[in-house]
Amino acid sequence: MIYLQLFLSFLKIGLFSFGGGYATLPLIQTEIVTNNAWLSMSEFVDLITISQMTPGPIAINSATFVGIKIAGPLGAIVATLGCILPSCIIVSLLAYFYLKYRKLSTIQDILWTLRPAVVAMIASAGVGILLTAFFGSETSISISSFKLVMTVIFIFGFVVLKKFKCDPVFVMLLCGVCHVGLYYGMQLIR
Amino acid sequence: MKGKDQLWKLFTSTLFLSAFTFGGGYVIITLMKKKFVDELHWIDEDEMLDLVAIAQSAPGAIAVNGAIVIGYKLAGMIGMFITVIATILPPFIIISFISVCYSTLKDNIIIALLLEGMQVGVAVVIVNVVLGMGKDVIEKKERLGIIIMIIAFILAYFFHVNVIFIILACITLGIVKSAYHLRRHL
Repeated sequence: MIYLQLFLSFLKIGLFSFGGGYATLPLIQTEIVTNNAWLSMSEFVDLITISQMTPGPIAINSATFVGIKIAGPLGAIVATLGCILPSCIIVSLLAYFYLKYRKLSTIQDILWTLRPAVVAMIASAGVGILLTAFFGSETSISISSFKLVMTVIFIFGFVVLKKFKCDPVFVMLLCGVCHVGLYYGMQLIR
Repeated sequence: MKGKDQLWKLFTSTLFLSAFTFGGGYVIITLMKKKFVDELHWIDEDEMLDLVAIAQSAPGAIAVNGAIVIGYKLAGMIGMFITVIATILPPFIIISFISVCYSTLKDNIIIALLLEGMQVGVAVVIVNVVLGMGKDVIEKKERLGIIIMIIAFILAYFFHVNVIFIILACITLGIVKSAYHLRRHL
């Protein structure tokens, strides 16, 4: 029963992937490449590339991609449901307890210590994204890999966001269009 | 929050964010903060940070967990259902489409440039939000909070410590802090 297999495999991925993002890659790889051979290694690399150029969490993207390939649209739906089911149960329970007990002084103290750490973890992700944008990768930072065009777009985008208070999604698209424009603009000058 | 208009707004906002959020869970969390805290004022800032902590504490993708916790907080089980569907629908449709025509898209230079540029846009938004939130922590002038923020950043960024350990450490610290308060009150 392929649907059940897909469901259970992605249930496992949903249940044991802590920390999100690339931390979940080894787990996904074990399930879909090693254990079930639903994808070859090169297809798996393609899947990572696709995930990088499309919105959405990599686990959900994998569920859709593998599900469709193995068992068509219904397979994709089953795999996606398996992937999000543990989250739905665990997170809504936590949210329920949070909303019920957050007034307790112990919970207040715990939340008080958690909040600055949450800011720090978002900041950490932000620095990674920023360096990747400026240098092409987070690990090879040098003057030669510094991308001036990206920095210009960054400053432009930042000013637009601050000055005009427009929708962040608009700023993201604007930066993308600027990059295409600058590329062809510079080719014309040459 | 139960009105039909608001539930529809919740659905469309989440759908829109999910469709345009490239680059990982924290990006969508950041955009949700901008939307639901700064723009719609449905959630206050401290509460948002609590919700993010909950999203990080559970297994699964941060984007999905964030959507669940925000939906649940705003409109209970219906809210959760709405935000989850809105979050998984765009990647579901896009991946289904791309699995068919992947090779042509991969080699298209305009798409590559557009995506690379959009990554800078993502950086703009996340830097903007982080600066705002960091400023808030510092302006509260609570020494322990600032120290926690700095240490957590160093652990997460330089030592790549898994978020779950940072959260567990903070919970322990919070319990110690609470016990200390109780003893002083007795």
